[in-house]
Amino acid sequence: MKHTISVLVENEFGVLSRVAALFSGRGFNIDSLSVAPTNDECISRMTLVTSGDEQVLEQISKQLNKLIDVIKVIDFTDGSGIEREMALIKVTAEDERRAEVLRIVDIFRAKIIDVTQKSYTIEATGSPLKIDAILELLRPLGLKELVRTGAVAIGRGAKVWN
Amino acid sequence: MKMSGARILFECLKKEGVDLVFGYPGGTVINIYDELYNFKGIKHILPRHEQAGTHAADGYARATGKVGVMIATSGPGATNTVTGIATAYMDSIPMVIITGQVPTALIGNDAFQEVDIVGVTRPCTKHSFLVKDVKDLATILKKAFYIARTGRPGPVLVDIPKDVQIAQTEFHYPETIELRSYKPTVEGHPKQIERAVEMLLAAKKPVVYVGGGVVLGNAAEELTAFCRLLGVPVTTTLMGLGAFPENDPNSLRMLGMHGTYYANMAMTDTDVLLAVGARFDDRVTGKLSTFAPHAKIIHIDVDPTSIKKNVRVDLPIVGDVKGVLVRMIKVAKANADKVANLKEAMKPWLEEIAGWKAKHPLSYKHAATVIKPQYVIEKLRELSNPDAIVSTDVGQHQMWTAQFFGFTKPRTLLSSGGLGTMGYGLPAAMGAQAAFPERQVITICGDGGVQMNIQEMATLVQYRLPVKIVILNNGFLGMVRQWQELFFDKRYSQTCLDLPIDFIKLAEAYGAKGFQATKPEDVEAVIRKGFATEGPVIMEFKVAREEKVLPMVPGGASLNEMVLNA
Ligand SMILES: Cc1cc2nc3c(=O)[nH]c(=O)nc-3n(C[C@H](O)[C@H](O)[C@H](O)COP(=O)(O)OP(=O)(O)OC[C@H]3O[C@@H](n4cnc5c(N)ncnc54)[C@H](O)[C@@H]3O)c2cc1C
Ligand SMILES: Cc1ncc(C[n+]2csc(CCOP(=O)(O)OP(=O)(O)O)c2C)c(N)n1
Ligand SMILES: [Mg+2]
Repeated sequence: MKHTISVLVENEFGVLSRVAALFSGRGFNIDSLSVAPTNDECISRMTLVTSGDEQVLEQISKQLNKLIDVIKVIDFTDGSGIEREMALIKVTAEDERRAEVLRIVDIFRAKIIDVTQKSYTIEATGSPLKIDAILELLRPLGLKELVRTGAVAIGRGAKVWN
Repeated sequence: MKMSGARILFECLKKEGVDLVFGYPGGTVINIYDELYNFKGIKHILPRHEQAGTHAADGYARATGKVGVMIATSGPGATNTVTGIATAYMDSIPMVIITGQVPTALIGNDAFQEVDIVGVTRPCTKHSFLVKDVKDLATILKKAFYIARTGRPGPVLVDIPKDVQIAQTEFHYPETIELRSYKPTVEGHPKQIERAVEMLLAAKKPVVYVGGGVVLGNAAEELTAFCRLLGVPVTTTLMGLGAFPENDPNSLRMLGMHGTYYANMAMTDTDVLLAVGARFDDRVTGKLSTFAPHAKIIHIDVDPTSIKKNVRVDLPIVGDVKGVLVRMIKVAKANADKVANLKEAMKPWLEEIAGWKAKHPLSYKHAATVIKPQYVIEKLRELSNPDAIVSTDVGQHQMWTAQFFGFTKPRTLLSSGGLGTMGYGLPAAMGAQAAFPERQVITICGDGGVQMNIQEMATLVQYRLPVKIVILNNGFLGMVRQWQELFFDKRYSQTCLDLPIDFIKLAEAYGAKGFQATKPEDVEAVIRKGFATEGPVIMEFKVAREEKVLPMVPGGASLNEMVLNA
């Protein structure tokens, strides 16, 4: 089962490699990982998408907590979080396909951020599922290059997780 | 007052109560050594290899409960400490390793003797630091000691570039430290503790399974008091030996791969298993699917990752063993009637265990002409002081020591359990002897492993550390040979140590004494002579070459599927 986990860490030298090494060293999966500072510049927030059975997920969460630089681990899998992801997508499209690409961009409320006679570059944001959906529609039209940020997540409601 | 980084290092060590360090100089720690030259209040021991120095700091830590300290230079000095660090990490030993590093401006340039030691040791340290500014040095050292000794203890590495050692700053040592990202749970949940005692008091076939956490947490006394209050049978892991006296009638001694028949049978049949500071290692559980199949499992551990890592747990208690046991004793005392019931209900169980003990006690066959290694261990117990500290190397001799010595006090057995590091025994004993110059310190080694750090004979002689080195010489890498005998059709590939070594001359070459026994009737005399001789001594026993460690649970088998004699 897929889990989206937020990890608040001290913004210390080497902390990213500690987290990454924990996953590789213990054979845990990472589907995606995104990391950047928060509103408190001493703290960075990582969003990890991982998978495994219940026992593995419990170990992942405990092992992350055990890292000295980790302040908090939050598992958003129970629907308590909102997830968003951004994708930059380059499609090559000519003739009548160009219109089809624009229609899809419009339906997904995505943006064209660069254009040539033969190509469009699209910026799409939304839940990872929405990104998957737009990609599926664009793929047959000539999807050539794809960059995804990986999911970031934040809790629903007024509660703050800092 | 302004001080150099090097000076700050020693001031911090002093503040942490460190009076003895092990270390080996080199280019990137030369400033530290220059500072040490005139520094008062810290003794330094120079081993002959950084690996040995790290094991010595580990042995010092295990014997005393204090944080062991090792200093090494960058590059090869630092990489030489890695085996020692990994050994300490696997057994949760508190240590601080100080390494020199090339100047900050050169880091990343493949400078002379540059190694990313923080990166190399990341998977085998509890935490590590690279000090980039001398202003951070004191706080980082404070954190390093705090992290090393609290929660589940472990080694912490502090990498100090040469320019940081030279740079000057105002020295200010923080008296206390707070880390928002590191707050070990020390106090066990009171309700869970009550439930645990209830569960145990309602048992018919309880077993207490004790691990190294009881030794690390200085809770042997509480553990023993609690178990005796209930009259329950107690088994310990290799790391837990000494936490419960093995001469107690309710001791089942060691469990696991080379544990006793009765301990492993009891583990298989128990209905309530109380695990205290033990981590369900695969050498202990055997096949997981048949491990304690009828038991409700209670697990006390300070590290949440140890709980439910490889076995299901019905009642977890995260917390420091000592505090948890104190509470458990209180709860049990408040339920005296239920304790009486338990004692009544357990009678058939204790009888069953007594039956197992009588059927298959730990034993070996004596021989008239050849020395049995187990006999040497029994004699060592008999002739050594009651508070002697024993370290072992890794192999058959280690298991015979665990089986036949009979440990009754915590911190009297120093052994590499988790990593199983050959070469550990001699330097670990050196560290323990440095901590306790007046106590008897014995290391029991194989003829293979003793040669992995034999150079430390020089350190023992130089610092007048009178370690008694026992070599059980079977002419084999015995433990591997045993596996080859049992599982590889006696194909002794590369396990025969055919070159006979004159260990007596070797001892003499270092300025120590050596004695040898080749016949059973010489054993006692050699031990007496060895113990009576001042200074470091080698006692070599030519033992039966193809003796096996038994019982043995073959890899992957269930605990009750022991090979008892073969
Ligand atoms: C050749 C060889 C053969 C071996 N055969 C056997 C064998 O037959 N039987 C055997 O038992 N071992 C054997 N071992 C050792 C084995 O590999 C493990 O090292 C050992 O079983 C682990 O012991 P432990 O579970 O007590 O854990 P330790 O490694 O001692 O871990 C201690 C546990 O206690 C916790 N802890 C630490 N401090 C505290 C505290 N203050 N409060 C609460 N919890 C705390 C820690 O988090 C950890 O979970 C063998 C080793 C070798 C090299
Ligand atoms: C550094 C290291 N290398 C290899 C091993 C694998 N190993 C485990 S026991 C053993 C044999 C040890 O032989 P010896 O020291 O003579 O002890 P004995 O088993 O004969 O008592 C070996 C090679 C190890 N544990 N550590
Ligand atoms: Mg041998």
